[in-house]
Amino acid sequence: MADIDSQTSMNRAETGALNIAYVRSELAPAMAPPINESGVLGWMRKNLFSNIPNTILTLFALYILYLIIPGMIQWVFTDAVWSGEDRLACATIAQGGQLADGWNAACWPYVGAYFKLFIYGRYPDAELWRVNIVLIMFFVGLVPLLMPNLPFKRENLVFMLLIFPVASFVLLSGGNLNLNGFLLPDALMAPSEFKFWVDFLILTLIICGGVGAYMKATDTDPKPAVIITAITMGVIALILFVMSVDFGLEPVETDRWGGFVMTLVIAVTGIVAALPLGILLALGRRSDMPAVSLFSVIFIEFWRGVPLITVLFMSSVMLPLFLPDGVTFDKLLRALIGVALFSSAYMAEVVRGGLQALPKGQYEGAMAVGLNYWQSMRLIIMPQALKIVIPGIVNTFIGLFKDTTLVSIIGLLDFLGMINLSHSDSNWATPVQAMTSYVFCAFIFFLFCFGMSRYSIYMEDRLNTSHR
Amino acid sequence: MAVTDTPQGHEKPKVKLLNDPKFRSIIFQGLLILILAWLVWSMIDNAATNLQKAGIASGFGFLSTASGFGLNFSPFIEYTSSSSFLQVYWVGLQNTLVLAVIGVIFATLIGFIMGVARLSNNWVISKIAYWYVEVMRNIPLLLQIFIWYKGVLATLPTSKNSIDLGLFGFLNTKGLFAPQFIFGEGSGLMGWALLLAIVITFVLNGWAKKRQMATGERFPVFWTGLGLIIGLPLLAYLIMGQPVSTEYPTQGNFGPRGGMRVIPEFIALILALSLYTAAFIAEIVRAGILAVNRGQTEASYALGLRPGQTLRLNIIPQALRVIIPPLTSQYLNLTKNSSLAVAIAYPDLTAVFAGTALNQTGQAVEIIGMTMLTYLAISLVTSLFMNWYNAKNSLVER
Amino acid sequence: MKKTIVSTLGVVALSVSALSASAATLDDVKAKGFVQCGVSQGLPGFSNPDSAGNWTGIDVDLCRGVAAAVFGDATKVKYTPLSAKERFTALQSGEIDVLSRNTTWTATRDTTLGLNFAGVNYYDGQGFMVRNDLGVKSALELSGASVCTNTGTTTELNVADYFAANKLEYEIVAFEKADEVVAAYDAGRCDVYTTDQSGLYAQRLKLTNPADHTVLPEIISKEPLGPVVRQGDDQWFNLVKWTHFAMVNAEELGITSANADEMKNSDNPAIKRVLGTEGEFGAALGVGNDWAYNIIKQVGNYAETFNRNVGPDTPLAISRGTNDLWSKGGLQYAPPIR
Repeated sequence: MADIDSQTSMNRAETGALNIAYVRSELAPAMAPPINESGVLGWMRKNLFSNIPNTILTLFALYILYLIIPGMIQWVFTDAVWSGEDRLACATIAQGGQLADGWNAACWPYVGAYFKLFIYGRYPDAELWRVNIVLIMFFVGLVPLLMPNLPFKRENLVFMLLIFPVASFVLLSGGNLNLNGFLLPDALMAPSEFKFWVDFLILTLIICGGVGAYMKATDTDPKPAVIITAITMGVIALILFVMSVDFGLEPVETDRWGGFVMTLVIAVTGIVAALPLGILLALGRRSDMPAVSLFSVIFIEFWRGVPLITVLFMSSVMLPLFLPDGVTFDKLLRALIGVALFSSAYMAEVVRGGLQALPKGQYEGAMAVGLNYWQSMRLIIMPQALKIVIPGIVNTFIGLFKDTTLVSIIGLLDFLGMINLSHSDSNWATPVQAMTSYVFCAFIFFLFCFGMSRYSIYMEDRLNTSHR
Repeated sequence: MAVTDTPQGHEKPKVKLLNDPKFRSIIFQGLLILILAWLVWSMIDNAATNLQKAGIASGFGFLSTASGFGLNFSPFIEYTSSSSFLQVYWVGLQNTLVLAVIGVIFATLIGFIMGVARLSNNWVISKIAYWYVEVMRNIPLLLQIFIWYKGVLATLPTSKNSIDLGLFGFLNTKGLFAPQFIFGEGSGLMGWALLLAIVITFVLNGWAKKRQMATGERFPVFWTGLGLIIGLPLLAYLIMGQPVSTEYPTQGNFGPRGGMRVIPEFIALILALSLYTAAFIAEIVRAGILAVNRGQTEASYALGLRPGQTLRLNIIPQALRVIIPPLTSQYLNLTKNSSLAVAIAYPDLTAVFAGTALNQTGQAVEIIGMTMLTYLAISLVTSLFMNWYNAKNSLVER
Repeated sequence: MKKTIVSTLGVVALSVSALSASAATLDDVKAKGFVQCGVSQGLPGFSNPDSAGNWTGIDVDLCRGVAAAVFGDATKVKYTPLSAKERFTALQSGEIDVLSRNTTWTATRDTTLGLNFAGVNYYDGQGFMVRNDLGVKSALELSGASVCTNTGTTTELNVADYFAANKLEYEIVAFEKADEVVAAYDAGRCDVYTTDQSGLYAQRLKLTNPADHTVLPEIISKEPLGPVVRQGDDQWFNLVKWTHFAMVNAEELGITSANADEMKNSDNPAIKRVLGTEGEFGAALGVGNDWAYNIIKQVGNYAETFNRNVGPDTPLAISRGTNDLWSKGGLQYAPPIR
């Protein structure tokens, strides 16, 4: 109606027709849309009550929410006990406490009493500052790495992949690794730290010599390759040296480690070790050499085909039998090896996805400018492929982070293991004890995993736009 | 390659053997094989010397000896404490597969519902589905299993004060005690009737399709089939004089007895596995439906199909092509994750064979090896099937 | 103190160098400066850590005794908590030097697993615990019950034998960890908790209301629990064996940690031989001559460790019974030191 009116009035105005009183000469002001098409009501009508089945669905869903949400809030907040010394604070009259029978809600003082154990495990009180430094270093190093706009990505990466692991190893375990040589027979030189460095020097010379000879044999200038090799060996030596120096830190055995810190240690070590292994495996799987690709395929499919828990069982009861006599691994280290191998297979598939997503022209272009295989991988392919798979890597990490809880089954006291252990404390034994601690644990895991998945989605969107 | 492309009349430039890619690749592969062989050999050698030195028995002889322990769950295979360790293996495998199959069914149902709900125009429904997916997939599965087992099922009333579910039996900390059907004499005919009904439905389906192709007329296959599948066994049931009876659980010394017993470990695992996997399936379903071009829906509407028909005849068949491959890998994940049963004493393959049997015999290498190979075989068979299915159903493009 | 964690590079390095085979555990132990002792993951009275990680218990005392014999210092022990499943592999692979984890001595374990049992430091038997309100007085009334226990233990086998022999129906629920068994029993998942009787008394302490539960009188099996070492190292085997015997002999001769010093001046040649003032028994074992003195002085005799950890004055309140000396009607009997 309004449309026609305005049209006619416009026509009149254009034709310069008579000015009649009952004919509008200017546009009527636009009316607000009908109340049931706009605002909250309109939105509700459109999204909740558009037709009868939809209305029924909405009401049904609201009813379910009504059943769940208030109960949850009561359980977690309003009905929960917030302070107390022992189980009596959270016990009903029938169980010997003060609360009304039939009470069922969270018992937070129990989590408070165990908070330190849940986070740090049985790590000695006097040494907790070391763990705190590691945690601070971790988050300070990680946050800028995750923000794509900040500079110094390379330095940051070096910090996270090289300095941080070594520093946390020294801080957490106390460092002071016992190195006593590996190459020369004991008869020639008694095992000592000095012998280790002699051995290491010999090994470095042999490797550098080998690389140089190979380069020479292939008519390439051996100098840069030898220098790179020497630098690499030097970095390894430096790492080992730092690990073996006695900083005067009290050694802390890994059986004192635990709680959320151990969960982080396993997940981060797993992913840091899995990344290079995964890249190699992904390249191997796409290699032209049949032996290499066959080996990669078998390796990847084997680890992806078995459940993690059997891998952990293998590392805890079978691996020791496969080692030479007299060589034993720490229980945590064994679990770490299992986790790293397992996640490297998944990582390989993620990286392979990135490699396949690159257009063939990139490979051909790299070849056309005369780069050899490793150069083209390092300079052309990997930077692009890895960028594409950042969301995939984050998702693998989320999976790994959740899967670390499995180590509690083989008796390591990670976050979940520590929580299960606390259930045997009769000081806090009430029927709500288990649920309270699990809700706390679930909340922490949700916070971390949800945050990471948001980040992965954010990166995905960002990468999507930059490619279109 | 470069060698063959050299202009004629010139001598082939001399290439050092080491610069020949073919030769290099052979050398490299040879080296890899050597290193691997050495690694494998040294591991086997270490294991052999370790076992021999420690005087540990080895070999698979233990499989035929009696296990000596009991198991509380074996729906299909007969098992007593005098059964052999090989029998333990079969029971474990059976329990893993039972868990996996039932878990897959529930996970698929919940996952599809949640996936479709996530795309619903209804705001409340889609938000509920969204938070369901986010909460479920961001909490570790093992934790979810513990929550169900120790947080929920363990706080049920004890067996003396069971919750009476009426027709469904009793529920208490020891599990669900449901009524059980007792198939008496003559109930075999019902089975045959059911089989016959299924066969007839298949044949009918083929005929109806052909007829629709030829004449365009449609035949209500679904309803006829449903009628047959329910009707024929019912007919047999009546003819044979109602041979099926139900046994209700009764209160015994230690809580309810008789009927069909579902142990709480099984309930907890099914709940946790299917709810967790369903979250992933929901995302797959959502992605699958979104992957179908919007034009397909519009085209269907233009042809005069109703929304339900559009979904059934156009969208879902196309979405399935996208959904099936990741769905299979979720099924595999569920099967592998069922090994977490070991945490709450459900006797699956990992708990009972790689756990109890390993403890009793101490033959770690053999038992862990067998267990891992079994899971591997399940994975490989499933992926082979998936590859075949994919090849069969992939779009035939010109 | 130097640590012997094998670093990632060390893995490669060590497998290359094929470390010299270590046949003599005693030499290894002396070289590294402590005894690595495999214990349970928490069983009060036998091996149990407090929240600071200090271990106590009768099994722990045996390890401390070994350390006292080797180093003259009972604190030089490191503990590895092990599940029932891991315990034998840990010992076989050399991860631990001695397994002192209430482990039952059976023929299979002694022969096919490459282990040696170095004596019995606790004579146990399998029993049942039930709720009082079930009104069960004897194990023979347990037909149709759900039974909770640990996987991979002899208890699991014994219970199958017992119920089959008495034609009783039962449902077994077997958990990986002792704590899980206790939790499941406490929650009412099972009617019966079965394990070694000493374990029942110990685990009862962890229940919400310990007084609501009774241990039934029946003992359905023999469970000789003792320390275990690897086969093929007789010197170490002897040392662990005689550590236990020294503690029993000391009780027999009335030597305690309190009077060990004055007993050194005793005229009784048997006491003199134990305390090392006569004879060269320590040297024969490869340790100092005052080995037994150190054990008794720092850890105590068998009666002391028993009473301190599981005896009538402890929460476990177990009487000596079969674990009394042979001279008092029990089974603890040590060959003489001479």
